[in-house]
Amino acid sequence: METDTITAISTPIGEGAISIVRLSGPEAIPMAAAIFQGKDITEAASHTMHYGKIVDPATNEVAEEVMVSIMRGPKTFTREDIVEINCHGGLVSVNRVLEIALSQGARLAEPGEFTKRAFLNGRIDLSQAEAVMDLIRAKTDKAMSVALKQMDGRLSGLIQRLRQDLLETVAHVEVNIDYPEYDDVEEMSHDMMRKKTKEVHQEIEELLQVAKQGKILREGLATAIIGRPNVGKSSLMNALVQENKAIVTEIPGTTRDIIEEYVNVRGVPLRLVDTAGIRETEDIVEKIGVERSRQVLKESDLILFVLNYNEELTAEDKKLFEAIEGLDFIVIMNKTDLEQKLSLEEVKELAGENAVISTSLIEDEGIDDLEAAIAKTFFAGEIDTGDLTYVSNVRHIQLLKQAKQALEDAMEAIELDMPLDIVQIDVTRTWEFLGEIIGDTASDSLIDQLFSQFCLGK
Amino acid sequence: MMTYNAGHYDVIVVGAGHAGMEAGVAAARMGSKTLMLTLNLDMIAFMPCNPSIGGPAKGIVVREVDALGGVMGKLIDKSFIQMRMLNTRKGPAVQALRAQADKNVYMQEAKKLLENEENLTLHQGMVDSLIVEDGVCKGVVTETKAVYTSESVIITTGTFMRGKVLIGDVEYESGPNNQRPTLKLSNNLEELGFKLTRFKTGTPPRVISHSIDYSKTEIQPGDENPKYFSYETIDRVVEQLPCWLTYTNEFTHQVINDNLGMSAMYSGVKRGTGARYCPSIEDKIVRFNDKPRHQIFLEPEGRDTDEVYVQGLSTSLPEYVQHEMIKTVPGLENAQIMRAGYAIEYDVVVPSQLWPTMETKNIENLFTAGQINGTSGYEEAAGQGIMAGMNAAAKLFGKEPIILDRSQAYIGVMIDDLVTKGTNEPYRLLTSRAEYRLLLRHDNADLRLTEIGYQAGTVDEKRYAKYEEKKRLVEQEKKRLNKLIIKPSADMNKFLEDMGTHLKEAVKAYDLLKRPEITYENIESILQPDSDLPEEVKEQVGIQIKYEGYIKKAKEQVDRMLKMEDKKIPDDIDYNAISGIATEAKEKLKKIRPLSVGQASRISGVNPADVSILLVYIEQGDIARVAN
Ligand SMILES: Cc1cc2nc3c(=O)[nH]c(=O)nc-3n(C[C@H](O)[C@H](O)[C@H](O)COP(=O)(O)OP(=O)(O)OC[C@H]3O[C@@H](n4cnc5c(N)ncnc54)[C@H](O)[C@@H]3O)c2cc1C
Ligand SMILES: Nc1nc2c(ncn2[C@@H]2O[C@H](COP(=O)(O)OP(=O)(O)OP(=O)(O)O)[C@@H](O)[C@H]2O)c(=O)[nH]1
Repeated sequence: METDTITAISTPIGEGAISIVRLSGPEAIPMAAAIFQGKDITEAASHTMHYGKIVDPATNEVAEEVMVSIMRGPKTFTREDIVEINCHGGLVSVNRVLEIALSQGARLAEPGEFTKRAFLNGRIDLSQAEAVMDLIRAKTDKAMSVALKQMDGRLSGLIQRLRQDLLETVAHVEVNIDYPEYDDVEEMSHDMMRKKTKEVHQEIEELLQVAKQGKILREGLATAIIGRPNVGKSSLMNALVQENKAIVTEIPGTTRDIIEEYVNVRGVPLRLVDTAGIRETEDIVEKIGVERSRQVLKESDLILFVLNYNEELTAEDKKLFEAIEGLDFIVIMNKTDLEQKLSLEEVKELAGENAVISTSLIEDEGIDDLEAAIAKTFFAGEIDTGDLTYVSNVRHIQLLKQAKQALEDAMEAIELDMPLDIVQIDVTRTWEFLGEIIGDTASDSLIDQLFSQFCLGK
Repeated sequence: MMTYNAGHYDVIVVGAGHAGMEAGVAAARMGSKTLMLTLNLDMIAFMPCNPSIGGPAKGIVVREVDALGGVMGKLIDKSFIQMRMLNTRKGPAVQALRAQADKNVYMQEAKKLLENEENLTLHQGMVDSLIVEDGVCKGVVTETKAVYTSESVIITTGTFMRGKVLIGDVEYESGPNNQRPTLKLSNNLEELGFKLTRFKTGTPPRVISHSIDYSKTEIQPGDENPKYFSYETIDRVVEQLPCWLTYTNEFTHQVINDNLGMSAMYSGVKRGTGARYCPSIEDKIVRFNDKPRHQIFLEPEGRDTDEVYVQGLSTSLPEYVQHEMIKTVPGLENAQIMRAGYAIEYDVVVPSQLWPTMETKNIENLFTAGQINGTSGYEEAAGQGIMAGMNAAAKLFGKEPIILDRSQAYIGVMIDDLVTKGTNEPYRLLTSRAEYRLLLRHDNADLRLTEIGYQAGTVDEKRYAKYEEKKRLVEQEKKRLNKLIIKPSADMNKFLEDMGTHLKEAVKAYDLLKRPEITYENIESILQPDSDLPEEVKEQVGIQIKYEGYIKKAKEQVDRMLKMEDKKIPDDIDYNAISGIATEAKEKLKKIRPLSVGQASRISGVNPADVSILLVYIEQGDIARVAN
């Protein structure tokens, strides 16, 4: 019987409206309970389903509304306790739920591992053994090729560089240990070690940060079009969709009736979200109040705010300006074919540093400017896709986090003035975690490094 | 061929080098009637290269051998001329002893020890071939036509097999130091189906001490209060001899560069593989040509000899170039070379042909140990020797095989590396080869291995009782410290602030000791010790408490590793019948025949998917057995 609890997204990505995060193992139910807001599922009967929310215990943020199925072993697929978290919020939120589950100490399942457990625990009978092995092989190979494909050449390049840095540092410590009398090798100091670990730590942090942006690129920039009724929001949406070939509509209408359109604007993938909601802007602003609209807006990465060129700024417009303050937005003054009634100065002042564009959607004018502005907002900021290294694979992110943790342990040991050969243990672990990302776990490289870097011998 | 019957033994050990010594003694102590055959009884446990034992990782191996009841630690304790503890400013995991040996005394002590060993017969002779019937080894035949029959044979012939000495363009068949080479055994092994490969190593010239101008060198003294290798050695007072440090310079490098084409290693003739960590001075100059100088240590070869070993100048340049080269080194301007440096090439049994018990897979009851298995170094040889001896005897008496895993000993790391991965150059132990080196310390070799030696029969009652007492005292002291509370009184904080720390609230002595600033001695002075514990107990308590967190982490990793080691692969497994395993992995698995899934996972070319499938397959077998 395996002793740890594993988790993974167990529905093929992009297939079906509902995605399932599955946990299996002795801790499956308590782990799920720790992140589930709703009924106390530790008490729940086997084979029951419960409605509630997945909450990130670290931030108390609600990640997703879910249905959770509790199945107690041994009458389960793996013969262990299983929890299945049914999410319908698309790839982003499923991944989020998975990350939260991992943060509880579940281990990311190896490809085919649920099946393997099912087999090992005697659930699958002998005649199926062959098939199980084929399946493990197939899944592993597929996962590997997917993982490799997902890994940008730059990422592996960067990881290799970081590893080389760490390897040189470790080799340096090693040479001091194995050849203490050799004075032509400088003794590694705590300061040198501190500097090196800090550098690598910084880079790993950046990678993790960019991992988020990588997600944006993959998932699209969540973009909301807002504005008072009749200013031209639907026209804008249509214009963007027609001009730019829609990429995918990954998530078809579900119970929640979310409509998402993916468009690629000059290399920036936009996910025009919740268009159903856009038509209700009126309601949001006027009936439900600014608070609610703030919430909607907060989930967007980019806001396209449409004004009517032909009308003076209204109180609602100003309220919307307030609502989007501090967020990334572009103001679109539409209907320039009509008489100008809108005060440009007033708009510019309210817009602050954000772009203000004039369009006449009916005459197909200004869309180029808008697209340029979208691209500029995206690329000019911190995000420059040209040099960015994206980490998007959950396994990679997980390994990066482990690498970062190990490095932090090393840094702590440095501050505690631990001997360097002790500090080095965690530096080596960091190096190993990074190696797993690029599939390089050869342990001989240290010894190779040692003898190519230093001149040693009798 | 007229042969004669020379008797029957349980175990025959071929060779009385560092591997053979340990193998013979271990087998004899476990109760096997043991014969040791060697080329020259005056050169038992001869050190053909540097006159020193120990060093990082290697020194820990000596302690491990000692904890298992071996002899190397005792021999060096009796023969050292200098003793140093290395890495004292680093953590406890990497500290290790190194001794300079008096080579002759070491050999004399070794011979004396063997002569006095019960169950052990020593005989001079060259083994030419093995007696093998139906894949089982039954004895040996010597050059002088003696036929010795036995239950098992351990070959420990070091660098002698088809040995060839190279000095410039001079080459001749020879064992180390102009001893006779072993020419026939290689052919015999090949006929028996063994794959051999060719390695090489080298040694520097020796010079006579009175020709050295020591005033141009730096002195390197031994430790003031030397420690010992063996857990049984009690204080002995010896006068220590220093070593001396000097450097090569641009003139040295010029001489070498000018004559590179003359070096046996650079003359373009294809040669056996040398180790990167034992480069000749030629290698160093070629590979690191930007280095302005290299260290040279001058090490006395003994008390009663004037010969000095020139560490750092290993070479196979022609003898006349060696003279020229040595004169460029400060202090050696007038040095007289007594023996020239040389390289030696020899046959090696590819070690992946061994089980982790050191028994060969091809021929039952045949074991090989030491440099013949592709390692380099006295300590590496000793570590393998003792395991081979113990396993030969264990097999004889129908006991379980004795295999140390990677978390138990450097010896385990080494043997696992050798049999699982093989080696494409002479293998040397380094601390970085061990994943769990925090567990494999100099100070705890006894705690790790005495029990194993005792169960096997290589450790006697007295020694075992001593070990148990130490273990008990350590536990007791740890418990005591865990009960004692230290309060943050003004006096206390004054004391602690001198140490660089300070107390806000009361803490257990145990926890205070975990602070980096505090040593066991500090705690002792705070608490006034209520017992006069032996130093080694105090040391042990200090280390175990101070590094508890790291030790715990390492142990968790070990547990994960052991889970896979515990999944045994049945020996009748048919890899061909397992469909999912990749072809390359299959070939490797068939060749190495790992004993456990853990070992399988360390074979290069066997990837995680193959391991998963293997696991499933094995469990399936178990299920099938239960079902039947
Ligand atoms: C020139 C040279 C340089 C070296 N340099 C280094 C170094 O820099 N660093 C390092 O760590 N190690 C070095 N070594 C290696 C070190 O000496 C060996 O690793 C160690 O001695 C090996 O021990 P062993 O017991 O395997 O073999 P050995 O100590 O060589 O013992 C072999 C024994 O087998 C006996 N024997 C051989 N053939 C037969 C036979 N047919 N019948 C009966 N008896 C036989 C011999 O008499 C001998 O007693 C060097 C060795 C040499 C020769
Ligand atoms: N003259 C002129 N009319 C435009 C322009 N853009 C849109 N319109 C017209 O304005 C009207 C409203 O356009 P929509 O795109 O439906 O506006 P909306 O903001 O989506 O309106 P609601 O869905 O009611 O909130 C339509 O009749 C459009 O044809 C423009 O640039 N110039």
